[in-house]
Amino acid sequence: MTTQPSAKSIPPLTERDDDQHAVGGGLSGFDASAEAIYVAPNWKLVWWRFRKHRLAVFSGVVTLIIVTIALVPGFFSTQPPEQIDSLRTFIPPQRIHFFGPDGFGPYVYDITGQRNPTTLMMEWVPDESKPIPLGFFVRGYDYEILGLIPTNIHLIGVSDPAIISPVHFLGTDRLGRDQWSRLMYGTQVSLSIGLVAVILSIFLGVLLGGISGYFGGWIDMIIQRLIELLQSLPPIPIWMALTAAMPRDWTVEQVYFAITIILSLIGWTTMGREVRGRFLALREEDFVTAAELIGCSKPRIIFRHMVPTFMSHIIAASTLAIPVMIINETFLSFLGLGLRPPAISWGVLLQEAQNLQSVATAPWLLLPGLAVVITVLALNILGDGLRDAADPYS
Amino acid sequence: MSNPTPLLSVRNLKTYFDLDEGQVKAVDGVSFDVQPGQVVGIVGESGCGKSVTIKSVLRIIQPPGRLVEGEILFNPDNGGGQGPIDLAKFDPNSKQMRAIRGKDIALIPQEPMAAFSPVHTIGNQIMEAILLHQPVTKKEARQITIERLREVGVPSPQDRIDAYSWELSGGLRQRAMIAMALACNPKLLIADEPTTAIDVTTQAQILNLLRNLQQQHNTAIIFITHDLGVIAQIADYVVVMYLGRVMETGPVDDIFHAPQHPYTRALLESIPTIQSAPREPLPTIAGSIPHPFNRPPGCPFFPRCPDFIPDTCNAQTPTLQPINQRQSASCFLYHDEAEEN
Amino acid sequence: MLQYIIKRLLLLPFLLFIFSVIAFALIQAPPGDFVTSYIAELAAGGSAVEQAQIDALREQYGLDQPMTVQYVKWITRILQGDLGVSLDWKKPNAELIGERLALTLLLGLFTFIFTWAVAIPIGIYSATHQYSALDYFFTIFNYFGIATPTFMTALVVMWLAFKYFGVSVTGLFSPEYIDAPWSWAKFMDLLSHIWFPMVILGLDGTARLARVMRANLLDELKKPYMEMARAKGMSEWRLVMKYPVRLALNPLISTIGWYLPLLFSGSVIVATVLNLPTIGPLLLRALITQDMFLAGIIILIYCGLAIIGTLISDILLAWIDPRIRMEES
Repeated sequence: MTTQPSAKSIPPLTERDDDQHAVGGGLSGFDASAEAIYVAPNWKLVWWRFRKHRLAVFSGVVTLIIVTIALVPGFFSTQPPEQIDSLRTFIPPQRIHFFGPDGFGPYVYDITGQRNPTTLMMEWVPDESKPIPLGFFVRGYDYEILGLIPTNIHLIGVSDPAIISPVHFLGTDRLGRDQWSRLMYGTQVSLSIGLVAVILSIFLGVLLGGISGYFGGWIDMIIQRLIELLQSLPPIPIWMALTAAMPRDWTVEQVYFAITIILSLIGWTTMGREVRGRFLALREEDFVTAAELIGCSKPRIIFRHMVPTFMSHIIAASTLAIPVMIINETFLSFLGLGLRPPAISWGVLLQEAQNLQSVATAPWLLLPGLAVVITVLALNILGDGLRDAADPYS
Repeated sequence: MSNPTPLLSVRNLKTYFDLDEGQVKAVDGVSFDVQPGQVVGIVGESGCGKSVTIKSVLRIIQPPGRLVEGEILFNPDNGGGQGPIDLAKFDPNSKQMRAIRGKDIALIPQEPMAAFSPVHTIGNQIMEAILLHQPVTKKEARQITIERLREVGVPSPQDRIDAYSWELSGGLRQRAMIAMALACNPKLLIADEPTTAIDVTTQAQILNLLRNLQQQHNTAIIFITHDLGVIAQIADYVVVMYLGRVMETGPVDDIFHAPQHPYTRALLESIPTIQSAPREPLPTIAGSIPHPFNRPPGCPFFPRCPDFIPDTCNAQTPTLQPINQRQSASCFLYHDEAEEN
Repeated sequence: MLQYIIKRLLLLPFLLFIFSVIAFALIQAPPGDFVTSYIAELAAGGSAVEQAQIDALREQYGLDQPMTVQYVKWITRILQGDLGVSLDWKKPNAELIGERLALTLLLGLFTFIFTWAVAIPIGIYSATHQYSALDYFFTIFNYFGIATPTFMTALVVMWLAFKYFGVSVTGLFSPEYIDAPWSWAKFMDLLSHIWFPMVILGLDGTARLARVMRANLLDELKKPYMEMARAKGMSEWRLVMKYPVRLALNPLISTIGWYLPLLFSGSVIVATVLNLPTIGPLLLRALITQDMFLAGIIILIYCGLAIIGTLISDILLAWIDPRIRMEES
């Protein structure tokens, strides 16, 4: 019993001796399937409950797709993200047609530009006489998978090597860069910033929250006051001031890590509170007393007995914390205080759409915002589903 | 059943819960009577439908639960005046039903701690019960409240009236609850395991208090418990329930000394007595209560019944029939009438 | 109660001290002192600075002295009411901040009221009509409200308004009132503009608040006191309003402590996009141009607002929840 607290120390279905819960309480007459619930390990219970939440499962799939893009953005891109083409600026998104004259076969129409004689702006129209066929797993520019394996295969692209016109699914920006490809690379940066910042927060939060909750006394006092102090600081101005203080000559990598540290500096407090609360509650549990009585060491009690019981809560809480970090990074970069070009993140992309003028000229520059919304939405619903599932006893 | 006009007469009450997993027949054809001034004990294991029965009587069943059929004939005027009214016909939130709830029929809940709002004083909540049903001013309501609190034995009620529930001890809290239930001099008091959440000595005091108040005001009480000892102390008449059905009814002495239904007998055998042989295992009822989604066909008790009659008990459902002058039971040992469906 | 408030108030100077240290540390954080960057900027702009002026600046701020001395000098001047001069704007900081601060507070309060006035009824409706069509609608709305960064909403609405109605929804005043002295007409003009940033700024908070209210209320609706109140014969509406809503509000009161300051400071982004005359864009510009004394004062103001927000929520919470009152005194 004491060696596997996560599985058996708490029965998954609490029998309650009041028939107010006549309906649920009746489950005490359990049959074979209920028997299975009794012996299932915690993660299995969580999974069973999670599976029932369709929307959360769907969000999980969306999240997986986004994570895949973040892992191999080059595979999903059609052009190098930094490739500038001063002759092809502000091209609107090109619509993908799926059915051509010879059945299924995606293609886009090539575009031709004309300069508007009055506004002197380029105006792009699709040229229906020139379809550009698209293919899957086509050869394109060279990139490296995870910085290790060099390749030039891309998920989608122009299938005929003879055609040199590039395609722009999401249009181009003021420098003629392909927004689709930039969005793919931005996904990598934005998602990983959120993830790294949350991992840092969890590390700090679990460490300090755990110390605070387990040892109590004056240590708890000091850590609690620190958390209160940090939480009463207005986060946005503090973040802005900290990011503004970064030296201008820092490399992209330095700025990247500085931002994750800055974001997790305040972010860990929520996690710390959560962990401390769990520790305080668990400290009173019988299985912890039992472990203490048979002479387990403190680290063993914490890591072998206590942490597994609230692991699922931490996973759920961190899933919910990632989107917060993503939004924070986005707004910092959007204001020009976070990541700076040549780094590409969703915030950096959105900086192109910072004022009404640019949005009016090229509304598609707002599309990276849609990526933010979809990702945050998926992570939030997934996190909610995980959180509900993480409480198999409720 | 000798009195022609019972205060409350529940007839074939059915309350079902429609859950995603299926339908739970929490109360499935319950009938019993309560005479004016009588203490009726409803006894049964957890999940037998005791609480759902009295919540149905009060019409405070919440979705997904619903009252499917049956009559709840309530006769507050004791035969005079308008005659019995069928509470089952009212809309649960209608004015008429609300006028009866809390005024003529009052509830003493199981957990007084949770039944009081923690951010309102107990006085506020008791006065509310008075102001809802009586044409008095706030000041008068406060006076009545203090009076009631004194009556139930709350010391210095003029101070305690402004206390919050969490400032009181468990016993005092339950006394305050009783004061609230008695606020409007109800004809019928429903006590839902009122002594479960408090310790044994306080429990005895509360039972005495209820007994005394009942005698003073001649209030009828429906007392719900799974504790047969409590039933023996307080009840005049007993209703034994199992899986949403009434197994046996009868005066308390007959039920304890001459139980007829195999379930009642099994229940009584599982109580330790002073005469029990020491170090002997206590008899228990074989098996466990079936899952509410797979209720056995026929008599719900047959899988655990020592007197199981094959092809009868598991095929047909017995009805509640008188078996002697005082007791009734639903068991094929005594009669062979089954429900039509 | 009084004791409780006094205890909180006694904590104030201590918190302000810590926050002022943090603010000072932040403005010292950029490499080099601000005079250096000031000179660099002026030099880049083509104008030379006299050495005497530079020395005077260094002397005034004690830049050649240890950090602690600099801090004492800085905080003393602020406490004496001298907020310094913005090197970027060449105007006294107090003058720059004054009106903008008032507008920031006004926008924050308006948004706060809007958020509560919209979110609480939505939360109550959703919880009492769980799984109804409108509940689903609100739930979806809430998810989107939380997932969409405020500046995105601002940009999109701004673009739609421009594209389809040809109107520009930026700013807080009509052009003719921007530099006009305060008058009744100007105030009315402000009111006719403020609703837009208010809605944009409040959307995210409204979504969050409605969600929390719904969840809290759903928990409360299951509590046994509900059954008791029903058994007393209370009407459903009255009893929901008196007990569960009241109890579900308690945890929300404690959110005021961080939500109000967040509204004041969170408006930075929306204000930048919508070009609002609040202190947010001022801070952004000060940070970018390294006008650190102006930035320091604004950060200090934000910290002060945060303290006030926490204080308000603590006092409200003690006032509304007797359990906390009891625990603390």
